[in-house]
Amino acid sequence: MIEIADLHYSAGHTPILHGITTTLERGGITALIGPNGAGKSTLLHCISGLEKPSSGSVRIDGIDPFTVPHRQRARTVALLQQSPALVSRLKVRELVGFGRWPHHQGRPGPEDAAQIDRALTAFALDDLAGRSIDTLSGGQRQRAFIAMTYAQDTPWMLLDEPLNALDPRHARDLMARLHALSRDDKRSIVIVLHDINAAAGWADHIVAMKDGRILAQDSSAALLTPEVLREVFDTPFDLLHHKGRPVVVAR
Amino acid sequence: MRRWLFPLAALAGLIALSLSLGAASFGEDAGWLLMVSRLPRTAAALLAGAGLALAGVVVQQVVQNRLVEPSLTGAPEAAMLGLLAVTLLAPGLAVAGKMLIAAGCALAGMAGYLALAARLPREDPMLLPIVGMVYGGILGAIGVWAAWSADLMQYLGAWRLGEFSGVMQGRYEWLWAIAALAGLLYVIADRITILGLGEAQARSLGLDYAQTRALGLVVVSVITALVLVTVGAFPFVGLVAPNLVARWRGDNLRANLPLIALGGGALLLAADVIGRLIRYPFEIPAATVIAVFGAGVFLWLLHAAPGRRHG
Repeated sequence: MIEIADLHYSAGHTPILHGITTTLERGGITALIGPNGAGKSTLLHCISGLEKPSSGSVRIDGIDPFTVPHRQRARTVALLQQSPALVSRLKVRELVGFGRWPHHQGRPGPEDAAQIDRALTAFALDDLAGRSIDTLSGGQRQRAFIAMTYAQDTPWMLLDEPLNALDPRHARDLMARLHALSRDDKRSIVIVLHDINAAAGWADHIVAMKDGRILAQDSSAALLTPEVLREVFDTPFDLLHHKGRPVVVAR
Repeated sequence: MRRWLFPLAALAGLIALSLSLGAASFGEDAGWLLMVSRLPRTAAALLAGAGLALAGVVVQQVVQNRLVEPSLTGAPEAAMLGLLAVTLLAPGLAVAGKMLIAAGCALAGMAGYLALAARLPREDPMLLPIVGMVYGGILGAIGVWAAWSADLMQYLGAWRLGEFSGVMQGRYEWLWAIAALAGLLYVIADRITILGLGEAQARSLGLDYAQTRALGLVVVSVITALVLVTVGAFPFVGLVAPNLVARWRGDNLRANLPLIALGGGALLLAADVIGRLIRYPFEIPAATVIAVFGAGVFLWLLHAAPGRRHG
């Protein structure tokens, strides 16, 4: 469980988050949606202990990410930052292998190799394992970085806009994979999404943010109403249903 | 092991050439000549080159840009300023003290560069090396002014143009400290690789980013000072060796650090051998040779690689 109490964050003198208080339950996919500049990425960074809030508290499964040793934090929560556009010449297997670093700190064992294999398979990277990251397509690269986050084997995976720069097919595949992981692997996934329909189709819970505050938080089915979306995005939406799934369309 | 065969054979050839080359010919006192002059000179070039290449790759991981190296961060110029100050104010200071002050100044110089670099947009990979060049140029100009005013230009000239003709037994042994520092870097090779993934990703993996970066930069400063005080400054070694290895073998430093060190050492030794051959029996400074060669490789890198984008 992630418990956030009265969290404020400022970048220099610019306030970004204004008193966030919420609880995210274990299990399933929680999507953070909201317009640009709502503070979604910042909230993710605060939860993962990478950005220190100016006030308020964060607890992940009871631990304070700002005071526990780095290594323990990295075995509780893994963050994939937005578009790791870094053109690295690491091989895919080497990159995914660094996800195991919090566990072995430089001396990988057989368990680490098994986890790397599992991560490569889970993200369909077996054939690419020996390839250099800088020779991959954007979608493959994104998968390799998410596989690294997965190999970190934390109960919480935080993903900052992982669908960026993915075409519809790869975006769908990735959401389906994450959905399966949240079920089969009991991972709790918190994901920043710009595509509301990706959230509508795959997320169990949705947190809607605007101007550094949480406007609404509920199960996907309950939250996705034209009224809420209009308030969040300042633009009118229609809610349709297609094959039993909600679909929202900006009017 | 086969892929090591060619580099090692080439290195052995270079060493043999370096040992046999010089104005004095081997006579009855060949062993003495080897021990006092030829071996030290060869070892100095190898150690300095290895150190500069390792320093280069550490800086590249820290700033996440393949086109930066210590001499493009103001480190040698800042160290020269420190050495000028020592020469003026405490000329009798022991070598260890000079090294320490040079390393401290190199670290301060790099800290200034990193503070500048943090304010730059990262979209254009060329911006970091260009700003580094300007920054180093400004520090260097201050050094020239200070040396000129204090009539110390000959000191500055010796530091700025590295060469190995003065290397003899008893006058280069400080460079062996580079071997120890290389060992330290090998121990933390994974951490240095993770630095290159960027601060957020590195910290998410549980790395103490600030501490690792500080340790890496201290090692770079000490290497810069050791090389500068003993044999002078050399451009491009820290740029060329890591880039060639990365193109060939990738970015995993646990596997590649030995190769980067070897490549840097071979590069500088080759530059020294070429400098001794061109106008035999006169010598051209190795720094001059490496500048010409390195500039060529640098241009090729600019053309071939957009550097490393930042996340």
